[in-house]
Amino acid sequence: MNGKPVNEYLKIEHVCKTFGKGETRSEVLRDISLNVAKGEYIAIIGHSGCGKSTLLNIVAGLTDATTGYVFLEGREVHQPGPDRAVVFQNHSLLPWLTVYDNVRLAVDKIFSDRKSSAERHEWTVRNLELVHMTHAMKKRPGEISGGMKQRVGIARALAMSPKVLLLDEPFGALDALTRAHLQEEVMKIHAELGNTVLMITHDVDEAVLLSDRIVMMTNGPAAHVGELCEVALARPRNRLELIGDSNYIGARARVLEFLHKKSHYVEAA
Amino acid sequence: MRQRLHALRARAVHVAGVVLPPVVMLGLLGLVWQLLCSSPDATLPPPSKVITDTWELITHPFYDNGGNDKGLFWHLLASLKRVALGYSFAAIGGIALGVLIGSSKWAMRALDPLFQVLRTIPPLAWLPLSLAAFRDGQPSAIFVIFITAIWPIIINTAVGIRNIPQDYRNVARVLRLNGVEFFAKIMLPAAAPYIFTGLRIGIGLSWLAIVAAEMLIGGVGIGFFIWDAWNSSLISDIILALAYVGVIGFLLDRIVAFTGKLVGRGTVNV
Repeated sequence: MNGKPVNEYLKIEHVCKTFGKGETRSEVLRDISLNVAKGEYIAIIGHSGCGKSTLLNIVAGLTDATTGYVFLEGREVHQPGPDRAVVFQNHSLLPWLTVYDNVRLAVDKIFSDRKSSAERHEWTVRNLELVHMTHAMKKRPGEISGGMKQRVGIARALAMSPKVLLLDEPFGALDALTRAHLQEEVMKIHAELGNTVLMITHDVDEAVLLSDRIVMMTNGPAAHVGELCEVALARPRNRLELIGDSNYIGARARVLEFLHKKSHYVEAA
Repeated sequence: MRQRLHALRARAVHVAGVVLPPVVMLGLLGLVWQLLCSSPDATLPPPSKVITDTWELITHPFYDNGGNDKGLFWHLLASLKRVALGYSFAAIGGIALGVLIGSSKWAMRALDPLFQVLRTIPPLAWLPLSLAAFRDGQPSAIFVIFITAIWPIIINTAVGIRNIPQDYRNVARVLRLNGVEFFAKIMLPAAAPYIFTGLRIGIGLSWLAIVAAEMLIGGVGIGFFIWDAWNSSLISDIILALAYVGVIGFLLDRIVAFTGKLVGRGTVNV
């Protein structure tokens, strides 16, 4: 940990983002700061268009912050890299590669000097096992369902052995049942591997069920962190048992109240 | 047993449904042609006369009496060789230039207006210039094929490269693929459907241009064969040659489409 305190594994410091210049200049994010501990599961929630995805892209290194910094294990983040694997909202699998090859591409690139070909094969299959997709290894993305594609996207991200897993509304495009199923699997994987996760969502139940802390963002323009909510629920969590849990109800109420009262929904300008 | 019979019947019905309509249509057209051209003062021969006139050519495609007096196979082969050479240069150059203007804003700004003007020049308009430059028919014909086929390949490749979804680029950035890896693993396969559209248009145009070019440069080739037949008033020979040109043009298009299917691994729709 390079002597850094545990709660500063991932550190977002005074991040601001403005797009454009002069007249068309628009401020998207204003002074976002957040410390994430190792193994912590953070959900970022806010109305659509508030800049959640921009924040995630800045952590991923896909977008540069206008001012402010992101540190991972004490080192500043400048560019994208496999230590911050992203699960994209629309899965972003390469349609000309099979499920196996999509994951293998990442494994080959990242472990080319550290693992033999046989080990890379094993590692690819192991990560597909984690998301229960070994039965469709030879299929192309076009031949599997949306939920399956997202599983493969998760397997590809996990296969990079990232320090931080970035999930950009990973289940947003899925039906409720598939979504619930994948949430369970993400919880299992998180329990097993202890990943540090930053997840964007606009689903209150998902945020409360999965995360240790919920970051509530105000509406844009110039979105900032409105409130933080600790989710004091023991793991493993069971969505049915939680229905009547007072901590669950409390956290849920707090997030709902923030989204609907304190942060007025502004029609997209 | 009964099920298999049913399946067999369904299949036979399907095949008949695909094969019969064009065969019937061809027969009808032949009949109309026969009727229209049967009168003694018709300027074109009816199909029956075409077949009797050209029977010698149909049955002996491989004869070679030296000079330009060769069977149709040799004429078609000579034309195909020219197309193969010119088209290969166009495919390589077109994809390379397409990748360049598709990935560089400045290359695009500098070259695109030039290409937009050059591509409208009719293929044969290049022939005198290339004859002046090469001082020989053979390289001039190949150059005409090249210059005809290259534009759609450049333009489609460039569009394909520009249309690579940002998501794929993001994947490449997260994985930190280097330039070569990005080119081979993301750029080419992602742009393959567009590239093959360009290649298909290109092969069609090449085949269009070769016949006209060969009429002018002479020598062995199907275009020269047609022109020579016209000069000797062998109208039936012309009609036979046209049938061959059409079928080969169709086959060339299918070959490129099929290659696209193989290379595109399911992403190229043809």
